[in-house]
Amino acid sequence: MAEVKTPESPKAPDPGKKPSLLEMVWTGQIWTSIFRHGMPDTPRNRILAIMSNVFLHLHPPKIRKSGIRMKYTWCMGGLTFFLFLVETVTGVMLMFYYRPTAEFAYADIISLREDIPLGIMREIHRWGAHAMVITVWLHMMRVFLTGSYKPPREFNWNVGVILLVLTLLLSFTGYLLPWDQLAMWAVTVGTNMARATPFVGHEGPGAAMLKLGDISLVHAGSDVRFTLLGGRFVAPAALLRFYVLHCVAFPLAAATLMAVHFWRVRKDGGISGPM
Amino acid sequence: MNLLAITLPKFYTDAVNVVVGSAWIFMILSTVILWLGLKYYRQLTAPKVAIPIFAVSGILLMLSFFDPQFNRVATLPDNVPIVMMVGSVGFFVWLAFRQMAVNDERIEKGLPPQEAEAKEAEKTFVWPDLVYIELICAVLFTAFLILWSISLKAPLEQPANPAKTPNPSKAPWYFLGLQEMLVYFDPWIAGVVLPSMIITGLMMLPYIDKNPKGNGYYTFKERKFAISVFMFGFIVTWVLLIFMGTFLRGPNWNFFGPYEPWDIHKLEPLTNINVSEVVYLHIFNTGMPRNWFVREIWGILAVLGFFVITPGILVRFVPMFRSFYQQLGMIRFSILIVHLLVMGGMVIKMLLRWIFNLKYIVAIPEYFFNI
Ligand code: HEM
Repeated sequence: MAEVKTPESPKAPDPGKKPSLLEMVWTGQIWTSIFRHGMPDTPRNRILAIMSNVFLHLHPPKIRKSGIRMKYTWCMGGLTFFLFLVETVTGVMLMFYYRPTAEFAYADIISLREDIPLGIMREIHRWGAHAMVITVWLHMMRVFLTGSYKPPREFNWNVGVILLVLTLLLSFTGYLLPWDQLAMWAVTVGTNMARATPFVGHEGPGAAMLKLGDISLVHAGSDVRFTLLGGRFVAPAALLRFYVLHCVAFPLAAATLMAVHFWRVRKDGGISGPM
Repeated sequence: MNLLAITLPKFYTDAVNVVVGSAWIFMILSTVILWLGLKYYRQLTAPKVAIPIFAVSGILLMLSFFDPQFNRVATLPDNVPIVMMVGSVGFFVWLAFRQMAVNDERIEKGLPPQEAEAKEAEKTFVWPDLVYIELICAVLFTAFLILWSISLKAPLEQPANPAKTPNPSKAPWYFLGLQEMLVYFDPWIAGVVLPSMIITGLMMLPYIDKNPKGNGYYTFKERKFAISVFMFGFIVTWVLLIFMGTFLRGPNWNFFGPYEPWDIHKLEPLTNINVSEVVYLHIFNTGMPRNWFVREIWGILAVLGFFVITPGILVRFVPMFRSFYQQLGMIRFSILIVHLLVMGGMVIKMLLRWIFNLKYIVAIPEYFFNI
């Protein structure tokens, strides 16, 4: 199996000299079992550094200079992704303490602030979420203003649009979880609109036409808003639904689409540049 | 803040309250400013012009914090991101248009855009050139988030209480533009049709914008129409409506100036009137007809005219639209024009409401159809 090791071992130690501790780590079995390349200071190793790492290989090994300029991409897509990771990590931490029931939710949020060490996780999560909404918009604006939605990137733009919607939905579902006045009424205002969805909302145009004889099919207890909230009002059932959407369904969907998005950035020829 | 109690001069706050606090002046003024900005983007983005503009806006913003009303709203923890958003959108719009100005000048001289220069087209190693940029961005942003989180507590109000409706009840800030639409349109339009059309418009965009130029570099000159429409949609009808929903909409969803205290008892006379009422009560003096179709025919004609005749006029008399029609074909052109007209119609409807108190152009409550 000696073939698997990269032949170019990092800075082969001078046989006459005692190797330094750092050199022992770099050339030791543990390090070389993880990183199958030497110090990334030669072209070959730099390429291997990207290609042999499952996370970094989202990037191509080499890239157009204009594409990595901060003034070109503003690093906005990257920041959006970074914020998604921040939200995932802090969100998992919040889940340890938070119970999505009307009985506990509010009190758990208070104890997040009062009783728990490192009590800024909720703040990081909330401000990170707001920041992510802003960075997605700015990223979209950058992509638009550089014309990067034009062929061959039409499809990836569309993946982006869905990611944008998911980002807003993630933010919106999370807004309810503190179960305070701000949360309840913002979500009430937001979901009230669903009442009026044509045909499937009970106050929407066309809903009255969906009847079986005298029985109307779409009413306050069966329309889309009811489905969304699990009830006629923003009540405990809505809290549970929003919690599951916020912590499981939407993050999974967003993560999946991000994988597609990044993969397509590469497949569509990398960051856009003049043809 | 108390150490440095500055009172803004009254003539200044009054002037701002009149200009910004009157919805139609605010809307028309921002559109005109956007139009001027797009027209003179080369001069305006030059650092020696842009830096003073940013400095003055920054100072005005800081001074605004000395006004008790502005301060109360702007420092609500959930509103801090809005101030940041407006600031960062301003900065990045400048950054983009600055590069457009530079590139457009180069293109005029027959040079390629900056991004196409030989040294820019060269390939470089992702490790370390890109990976380090990403790392530094991540570290700086983490530091920023931690500082933000230490200095500003996340809001928590009284426990949820279905019996106590706050006044005003606002949607989360990023949906305030849509909530604003509820004032002018039925919920099914404001809450369902318009947001859907924003999404479909964005999704169709790459298939409708057939202009091959400006792909992968900053340029305004080569894609004036697309960029102007996008900037109007994003800046005026999205970002500014959020600003409006946050700072200018107070109790009972009344309109206030940014420095005008939110008076719960402010009364706005409800004199909104439908087109049909104008026609039958004020022009014909006949009283309202019973039949809804007869009653609403004038509004229906106006709306049909807007959606059917405008495209015809545009294609017939505006060379740009004629060439769009020829390049895009019927289907793509229709999608383009419907989205454009809905966006324009939305703004026209808002202006009609603000200026003429027009309630609905077509009002058929019999069928939940009011526009
Ligand atoms: C959760 C949201 C999103 C994430 C994490 C994300 C991430 C990224 C990243 C990391 C890139 C690489 C280049 C860059 O950083 O600018 C990128 C490129 C791109 N994104 Fe996004 N994005 C998101 C949303 C969007 C949205 C909303 C759109 C458009 C509506 C969009 C359209 C594109 C396109 C077309 C590219 C290719 C650009 C080019 O080649 O220059 N993305 N995205």
